[in-house]
Amino acid sequence: MPIPDTETSSRTPAPDPVPGDVSLARLSLRVNGAVRELELDTRTTLLDALREALRLTGTKKGCDHGQCGACTVLVEGRRIYSCLTLAVMHEGESITTIEGLGTAEALHPMQAAFVKHDGYQCGYCTPGQICSAVAVLEEIEAGIPSHVSESLDAVRISDAEIRERMSGNICRCGAYANILDAINEVGGQPA
Amino acid sequence: MRFDTPATTNPIDRLRIIGQPVDRIDGPLKVRGAAPYAYEQHEAVPNQAYGWVVGAGIAKGRITRMDLDAAHAAPGVIAILTTENAGPLDKGKRNAAPLLGGPEITHYHQAIALVIAESFEQARDAAQRVQVAYAVEEGAFDLAEAKAEGVGPSKDSPDSKIGDFAKAFAEAPVQLDATYTTPDQTHAMMEPHASLAAWDGESLEVWTSNQMVAWAHQDLAKTLRLKKEQVRIRSPYVGGGFGAKLFLRADILLAALGARLAGRPVKVALQRPLIANNTTHRAATIQRIRLGAGRDGRLTAIAHESWSGNVEGGEEENAIQQTRLLYAGANRLTGTRLAHLDLAEGNAMRAPGEAPGLLALEVAMDEMAEKLGIDPVEFRILNDTQEDPEKPDRPFSQRQLIECLRQGAAGFGWDQRSAQPGTRREGRWLVGLGMAVGFRNNLVDKSGARVRLDGEGIVTVETDMTDIGTGSYTIIAQTAAEMMGVALDRVVVRLGDSSFPASAGSGGQWGANTSTAGVYAACVKLREQVAQALGLNASDADFADGMVRSGERSIPLADAARDGALTAEDTIEFGDLQKRFQQSTFAGHFVEVAVDAATAEVRVRRMLAVCAAGRILNPKSARSQVIGAMTMGLGAALMEELAVDTRQGFFVNHDLAGYEVPVHADVPRQEVIFLDEVDPTSSPMKAKGVGELGLCGVGAAVANAIHNATGIRVRDYPITLDKLLDRLPG
Ligand code: FES
Ligand code: FES
Repeated sequence: MPIPDTETSSRTPAPDPVPGDVSLARLSLRVNGAVRELELDTRTTLLDALREALRLTGTKKGCDHGQCGACTVLVEGRRIYSCLTLAVMHEGESITTIEGLGTAEALHPMQAAFVKHDGYQCGYCTPGQICSAVAVLEEIEAGIPSHVSESLDAVRISDAEIRERMSGNICRCGAYANILDAINEVGGQPA
Repeated sequence: MRFDTPATTNPIDRLRIIGQPVDRIDGPLKVRGAAPYAYEQHEAVPNQAYGWVVGAGIAKGRITRMDLDAAHAAPGVIAILTTENAGPLDKGKRNAAPLLGGPEITHYHQAIALVIAESFEQARDAAQRVQVAYAVEEGAFDLAEAKAEGVGPSKDSPDSKIGDFAKAFAEAPVQLDATYTTPDQTHAMMEPHASLAAWDGESLEVWTSNQMVAWAHQDLAKTLRLKKEQVRIRSPYVGGGFGAKLFLRADILLAALGARLAGRPVKVALQRPLIANNTTHRAATIQRIRLGAGRDGRLTAIAHESWSGNVEGGEEENAIQQTRLLYAGANRLTGTRLAHLDLAEGNAMRAPGEAPGLLALEVAMDEMAEKLGIDPVEFRILNDTQEDPEKPDRPFSQRQLIECLRQGAAGFGWDQRSAQPGTRREGRWLVGLGMAVGFRNNLVDKSGARVRLDGEGIVTVETDMTDIGTGSYTIIAQTAAEMMGVALDRVVVRLGDSSFPASAGSGGQWGANTSTAGVYAACVKLREQVAQALGLNASDADFADGMVRSGERSIPLADAARDGALTAEDTIEFGDLQKRFQQSTFAGHFVEVAVDAATAEVRVRRMLAVCAAGRILNPKSARSQVIGAMTMGLGAALMEELAVDTRQGFFVNHDLAGYEVPVHADVPRQEVIFLDEVDPTSSPMKAKGVGELGLCGVGAAVANAIHNATGIRVRDYPITLDKLLDRLPG
């Protein structure tokens, strides 16, 4: 089909009527152990609540669309993409971000293993990888099977399990082989 | 410091800290999420507003009407930037298409407005209310169609003709004439382009994510018609670049213009779905390769021609450059042609030229070896050259390609490869081995640094060099520590600030060698100042363990700065050693694949790279560069492709869901071996680069392994299973 060379209207659909006011919501989150009271635009993602409102910029935004994993945090102990969920959906819940895992003086074992094995390059995917890795070991420990588990009742740590479960965290720098070594070290599997 | 004679022995050769696999010094910050990237500079300036970029919805034409009323009326909106209120703009020296489009549109998703609001959510919402009408013009979007109109050669890539190719090819008893295609690719670095801009009167400060601070500085000043002194750029952490952040891009310019318009600081991140079409990409190529050889396997005729497309002012993808240097052969022909396309600007992506060039050349070499009945490794060794094949009196400074191949073949178990394709079967898997040569030139450019010694004995290095994941912070600290004879934790490195001396920046795998050479030069000066302050003879002073020794005397280094810090600044500048010697880096890449006999799913099982790339400054971070590049090479072979909508003129799969890159489950164990090498012609560091070498040739090795596994030769990348499925062996 040829492109018409006459004026075409924008492909943007007609917008909703302009809202008079921003809809705000009060909420409280337990972030890295501390209760934080917030008043947020209800459209604020958990990711932006962390990065912009709370200035916890350790959690990264790579795509804002659930396609990369850079925004991975732990909510009530489970890893999620924080860009794909609204902050208001987590009233009262407990959030752990990279800032809550370790400190400068005492790195979390997974953080230390990433340093030791050079499990990063640019570092932008790294907080998400580390949060994911911590959760992956817990998932395996808890016997939660994955696509590559050989049986549903005997889930054991293996390279294949780690690779499968970590595949929601893209590292364009391509540090995967080193990340695997870091996770294996913490998970007790010889590299 | 001028570097125009090959390096002799110098303090770097002690290798106490240089050459050691030390952990990255910025690692503890990065693993805690405590390294602030461009969009995260909350502390830099107060009162930051949020910008949302509106991209053009057509590839070519004009904006006929822009209705901003609804957007302006939306809550929280502060201002809306378009060309109407941007003020007069020039174009940066390194930009082809204007970064802010309108009324004329030259590519899809070209930025046409920045909506600035109090919050991110408000800016995003208001941007959806911008109404735009266009008059669409026809454009050229299909390289295969536009190829015939290609022009050339360009002045940067002249045709080269040595001997009589046509005659030698016609007379060659064994011939190959094959055409290969490589697709458009996007860098897909994990951190989107992002910038924060703040004005103070006529002065502008920008925090951004950019590989080349000096280029961005120059081009931002030029675009805004400011003096360079009015502009300061900082890029302390860069979340990947791969070439995408070499230049001034829309995020920086729109943040700067937006902040001026809004009268307060503005930050902008390019939304992920805009990046592929808004910024630069690696341009697709069509490459024709002809090889002629005697029955003895010696090449007598080599021709490589390549076609690519670009916007007005853009350049060709120089896919032929390795072919001018890689193999011997008396009769040679290479050339590039450039067609006009109205897609976004094609420009450098990791190893521009060689990366797509070797995807074609190294498959052609595999095909030729097969025709000759010679093992692919032996075929390459047979055609090795130790001098520039176009200029035989110009030797390679170092060329250990044969050693790379021999070590690689032995280490990988190349002897297990069946010369007969499609014959190794393990259950449902067809298994094959492939190899290819990696080649990338060593580029150098002048690079400056400042070093300071304080009374505590702390050495601080400042340079506008960037660390884009390459390990610059660490190898620069190692260089300063080695030169000044202090422990690594006595060195502070500050990077990515235009108020620091200009470096060569991060690109073309020149960063490691040249930026550390600049630090070396500054340290040589500082050592002289230290010796003078301590009353020692600089020429025989030994700097080690925090002490300076000369003759019988041994004095703490810090004493030299007792009465005030000592500061030295210098720039390494390069003479003609690059002309006298061909400086290149080499690799042998080996890959094992398994192809599902029923579904054609390809799994890469093992990868090995053996690299000869001069002195390896830090084997740990250098290895990471190489495995990361091997991963990108795997992506190029199997999945990466920007799909062009040739009707509307844009890349369709313009996000991280549609554009596939390798993930954990795709990547096997990877092994890297660095040959022992120093290259005294390269710099006082005797180093070269590895970050691009690691990518060059990998995709071809994967393609050759797939051929070995299945007998199927795919010449159009990426090798997706639809290209294999109906040809699988029974
Ligand atoms: S930022 Fe959430 S998945 Fe990419
Ligand atoms: S370290 Fe750069 S994307 Fe993973």
